Amino acid sequence: MSLRLVAPMWNGTRGIHRLGGAVVPEGNQKKERKMLQFLNNHFYDVEALRGYLLQREMSKVHLKNRSFTWLEEQHGPYSAGAFFILKQGGAVKFRDKEWIRPDKYGHFSPEFWNFREVPVEAVDASDCEINYEGLDNLLLLKELQSLSLQRCPHVDDWCLSRLYPLADSLQELSLAGCPRVSERGLACLHHLQNLRRLDISDLPAVSNPGLTQILVEEMLPNCQVVGVDWAEGLKLGPEEQPQDTASPVPA
Amino acid sequence: MVKKSSMAAAAEELGPAPGIQAAIAAASCCAKRGTRHTSGPGNPLNALPLGKLGALPISARGRAGLTYLKASQWRVGAGLGGAPGEVTGRQPPIAWGGGALRATGQLARSSEWRLVRSSDRWDNSEAAVRLSEGAGLRGAMIRRVLPHGLGRGLLTRRPGTRRGGFSLDWDGKVSEIKKKIKSILPGTPCDVLPDTSHLPPEHSDVVVVGGGVLGLSVAYWLKQLENRRGGMRVLVVERDHTYSQASTGLSVGGICQQFSLPENIQLSLFSASFLRNINEYLAVTNAPPLDLQFNPSGYLLLASEKDAAAMESNVKVQKQEGAKVCLMSPDQLRNKFPWINTEGVALASYGMENEGWFDPWCLLHGLRQKLMSMGVFFCQGEVTRFVTSSQRMMTTDDEMVTLKSIHEVHVKMDHSLEYQPVECAIVINAAGAWSAQIAALAGIGKGPPGTLQGTKLPVEPRKRYVYVWHCPQGPGLETPLVADTSGAYFRREGLGSNYLGGRSPAEEEEPDPANLEVDHDFFQEKVWPHLALRVPAFETLKVQTAWAGYYDYNTFDQNGVVGPHPLVVNMYFATGFSGHGLQQAPGVGRAVAEMILEGSFQTIDLSPFLFNRFYLGEKTQENNIM
Repeated sequence: MSLRLVAPMWNGTRGIHRLGGAVVPEGNQKKERKMLQFLNNHFYDVEALRGYLLQREMSKVHLKNRSFTWLEEQHGPYSAGAFFILKQGGAVKFRDKEWIRPDKYGHFSPEFWNFREVPVEAVDASDCEINYEGLDNLLLLKELQSLSLQRCPHVDDWCLSRLYPLADSLQELSLAGCPRVSERGLACLHHLQNLRRLDISDLPAVSNPGLTQILVEEMLPNCQVVGVDWAEGLKLGPEEQPQDTASPVPA
Repeated sequence: MVKKSSMAAAAEELGPAPGIQAAIAAASCCAKRGTRHTSGPGNPLNALPLGKLGALPISARGRAGLTYLKASQWRVGAGLGGAPGEVTGRQPPIAWGGGALRATGQLARSSEWRLVRSSDRWDNSEAAVRLSEGAGLRGAMIRRVLPHGLGRGLLTRRPGTRRGGFSLDWDGKVSEIKKKIKSILPGTPCDVLPDTSHLPPEHSDVVVVGGGVLGLSVAYWLKQLENRRGGMRVLVVERDHTYSQASTGLSVGGICQQFSLPENIQLSLFSASFLRNINEYLAVTNAPPLDLQFNPSGYLLLASEKDAAAMESNVKVQKQEGAKVCLMSPDQLRNKFPWINTEGVALASYGMENEGWFDPWCLLHGLRQKLMSMGVFFCQGEVTRFVTSSQRMMTTDDEMVTLKSIHEVHVKMDHSLEYQPVECAIVINAAGAWSAQIAALAGIGKGPPGTLQGTKLPVEPRKRYVYVWHCPQGPGLETPLVADTSGAYFRREGLGSNYLGGRSPAEEEEPDPANLEVDHDFFQEKVWPHLALRVPAFETLKVQTAWAGYYDYNTFDQNGVVGPHPLVVNMYFATGFSGHGLQQAPGVGRAVAEMILEGSFQTIDLSPFLFNRFYLGEKTQENNIM
């Protein structure tokens, strides 16, 4: 049974309860999927039911990404933004403090409500269901230095175009494993001129990872781009080795 | 459970009885009781469960009808000496299944089923009988294969099924059923009803003329905002199903909010949010999610000294409406984009969010798919005539005015004189570059010049060229769509150092819009010099390909025409957007749907875009047209 990274799709019985799993097993999915598709094609009721369940999934994601900006006047922007991240299941690190992570029940310590003036330094939003609207809350954290959006299923090219307000402070960004990020979204990261480390490994929607890596490296000269070896996708001759060469490929 | 009677489903349910059974099922799906309707998978009429009698199979098999009789019944009939009328059992069995029978060699004396030719009695009753017995045919085949030695006891049908009583009065029953059917059907049942599946329906609430992105958008919002599910029948008429000349497919596909009119900015903002959430708006179960290939790289507009003030005020309006645009000085430009030559540039405006370019075919396909699933009818044909009825009314100023209303649309089929008159309540003119012709058909502009009757729709096709070139040392991945001070524009295409761009010609050098031939000299003389000046790397480039497309150019003020016509009360316009129709299509579609369903614009007020302004002479000028 092979595991593969699938783009969010409406498929299978597992899909009926979830917008799109990041990783789903193949094997016995096929039969259930075929049965469901057959039922869907022949009965309006099944189609309406699936449509309704899909709408419910989407509204759940919307609910998670509702606006917390009203907390700003009471507790300050940093606490409001941190609250949003913690509720999503991510972790935050205030300056000079330890990482605050929710435990497996989703509970987290309420000490951060007191940190009115302390900016948030790092956010680990891996596997969170942040989407375009949720970034409203994330962008409250004006002095963010490190952001990790690994394997977020709803982060796509539109979301990346919203990250430019963090350009002054953001030094580290990780987008590894996001199923919806493509090279077109990576193009708008050029606003983030203070970026020192960018992780773009394992992006299934990028059509040509090696070439994209080169182009992104050119776009962000001061940044160390971690991702793919630039030789990936190139056909090597028998005597050539994939080593770093000095001359960049002209774009 | 409500069953969908798709052809596939019907064919499957009738078992492995190919050929005629499937043909009957198909024909019964297509033709209903003499009216002409298109039957597509999304056709809501197909949802009606067709009863046995409703499934009148009207396949063109002519006079050589076939009747299946159970051999036992036949024998009984024969024994009584009154074998059903024309059934001359001595004739060899014919037609499909005959092959199978002959192969088994069990013709003259076999088991249950016999295929018999009845000479010239083709009527629907037999078919109705056949349909009900069809399912048993498979069982019959199996029974035939079983060896005879098992005896008749195991192979007879169970008691309680139609046996003796049915066959005894066979003739009488048949003629009774025929009389009943004749009384239901209009006119005489002819042998071959013409196939009308390519024609549009005879009645439709709304007819959308033009199947491009604007027409489909209006149809989508009409179905989305209707109060009752299935409350409105919408027909989209498109002349060219390959979209070879349609502006949508040939467009560069950009979307930006950098306009001077607040309404345009609002429309673009809404369209951006529509495209962002396209998989929620256009979700179809079982279809893969749409990938618009959106590049969020933004637009960069450059202004010379004399345009700088106008650009500043525009940006102020844009920021007020909520667009994320920033102004840049030449120094900041050089900093950000080192490949640009800022000679002659005084100011630049750069869109940061919600701006970029995408694949218009994907949007078109997504809209089409969603519309088919919502039950919108599509027809390939050309609108050749509107049949209107007029009413003379008195205005409050005691003037006589003639109000027209279109009640029939004649849709002519391709390469044929055949046309279908479609009765309609509302007509939407979304014909793009050819909207003026459609308006003229309705009598708009036929009157003394200077009057409201004599005001034509000032939309005409204008040809624009787009060139694709390759430049290995060109600008990098972060390149926005750059619009130069001279009007030339370019953007990146893909990862491989390809760029595309063009320029709008001046009024005097407008090319002839009769065809879509590309003028390569235009690039050499009018486009390349400006590009090379602005981006020095473009001095060495190689043109790969080029194409041409039409703008539905509004000669009055280069802005769209939206809303009803004052005199032809049920024609609504959604056209004339002069090059930015694609990026405003979702917003405009919603506005027209609101106008039709509610009577006024609800979300974005597009009153500056109504038709009246052509008569009143009030221009709603848009300054930022590329």
